[in-house]
Amino acid sequence: MRRRVIWGMIYGYLGINLLMFLRFFFPRALYEPNTIFNIGYPADFSIGIDQRFLMTNRAWVVREPDRIFVIFARCTHLGCTPEWKPAENKFKCPCHGSGYDSEGVNFEGPAPRPMDRAKVNIDPTGKIVVDTSKLFMDDPRAGVNQFNDTGAYLPV
Amino acid sequence: MAEENGEKNGKGLFGRVRQDITDLKDTIKEKGKDEIEGLKEPEKSQVFRSIFRVKHDETPRNRALSVLSNVFFHLHPAKVNRDAVKYKFTWGMGGITFYLFIVLTFTGVLLMFYYHPSKVQAFRDILYLENDVPFGKLLRNMHRWAAHLMIIAVWLHMFRVFLTGSYKRPREFNWCIGVLLMVLTLLLSFTGYLLPDDQLGFWAVTVGTNMARATPLLGTEGPFGALLGMTPYNDVRFALLGGSIVDANALLRAYIWHCIAIPLIASIFMALHFWRVRKDGGISGPAPVMLESEIKEENRNRPVILRPSGMV
Repeated sequence: MRRRVIWGMIYGYLGINLLMFLRFFFPRALYEPNTIFNIGYPADFSIGIDQRFLMTNRAWVVREPDRIFVIFARCTHLGCTPEWKPAENKFKCPCHGSGYDSEGVNFEGPAPRPMDRAKVNIDPTGKIVVDTSKLFMDDPRAGVNQFNDTGAYLPV
Repeated sequence: MAEENGEKNGKGLFGRVRQDITDLKDTIKEKGKDEIEGLKEPEKSQVFRSIFRVKHDETPRNRALSVLSNVFFHLHPAKVNRDAVKYKFTWGMGGITFYLFIVLTFTGVLLMFYYHPSKVQAFRDILYLENDVPFGKLLRNMHRWAAHLMIIAVWLHMFRVFLTGSYKRPREFNWCIGVLLMVLTLLLSFTGYLLPDDQLGFWAVTVGTNMARATPLLGTEGPFGALLGMTPYNDVRFALLGGSIVDANALLRAYIWHCIAIPLIASIFMALHFWRVRKDGGISGPAPVMLESEIKEENRNRPVILRPSGMV
């Protein structure tokens, strides 16, 4: 009985140490670009693809006649950043060649679904607030399309 | 004896001291003689014998002893079957893999003298190594090519072991250790990929860690991942990168895994692997070859069953 208690304590101690060891690899504070950022007024964007926030926040702002939405610039195949090619009117991923049209919908290459769209909001001052940690996806394989949900676009 | 003591005692304290001094003179002479002899033949001195405990004679016993009594050699068998050294059968790929690991450890440690695992300095240090550090380009390329070769050698070793059926009884356990070692080799290669912090490595690690998103249970996009509450901020990819993007933390983590953790784990498994090769009956070879003179008269006409050595 006493032996079992002592072994129990040793295993418990080692087990808790293992959990602490594993938890250690998940940092609490991150020094990464903020996923929530302000991109200015809707009127600042003309029809088409806006690349101003690509380098800082990994996002394209797309203005269409009736809506504004923000494409999160991550290829849905394996996560590289595609390039916007204005001459060909498409996004092209340099890693494995996935191609997306000007709305970020895949039409060539290995990408399984359109690029995700970030959450957009209007703040009280009328500026657009984007949150790339909340993404809306259109996955035909899973039969999910969130592109028309509230927050996936701003009507203009 | 008693008489002698009595005689000594009879001389008193002064006499005994004088006797001791004369004795000492003799012993010093003898010791001096020994030391001069030792200089002439250092291998006979006590210091020499304390370092090299086994006399080096060209006898089978001494050859075996020199392997057994050396910490670096003792993992290796004292005697190897004559068939086990047939390159036609073994390809020598396991040994070559180990040799490449030694080369990589040596060149890798030297590279560490000039490399800083930080976003500002990493790529600059690579350019510095390539262009200005004496022999830096040679070192970096030795490390790079040895790494490529090690991957190739590991696969060829595995291929040979598979083709010769050397994974079968009694070597099942060692095959499993070998598979682990192969995974560790691939992980070493993968973590080393990011360290130059160039476009190639950066996107390769982006792609590689994106695959980790699809890990069952532990990845945010993997089966049951979302059900278990996985997000890009708490899944296995996050733990690998130390963040949600491939950034400074990821570089530092790759560096530590590459230079310390994985080589250490791999070394332990390597020791186990080599030890088990011995314990499982030596390197598996073709059916043991017998010289004409070794065949016993009564077995001369019996059929020979060919099977890899060590198999029961």
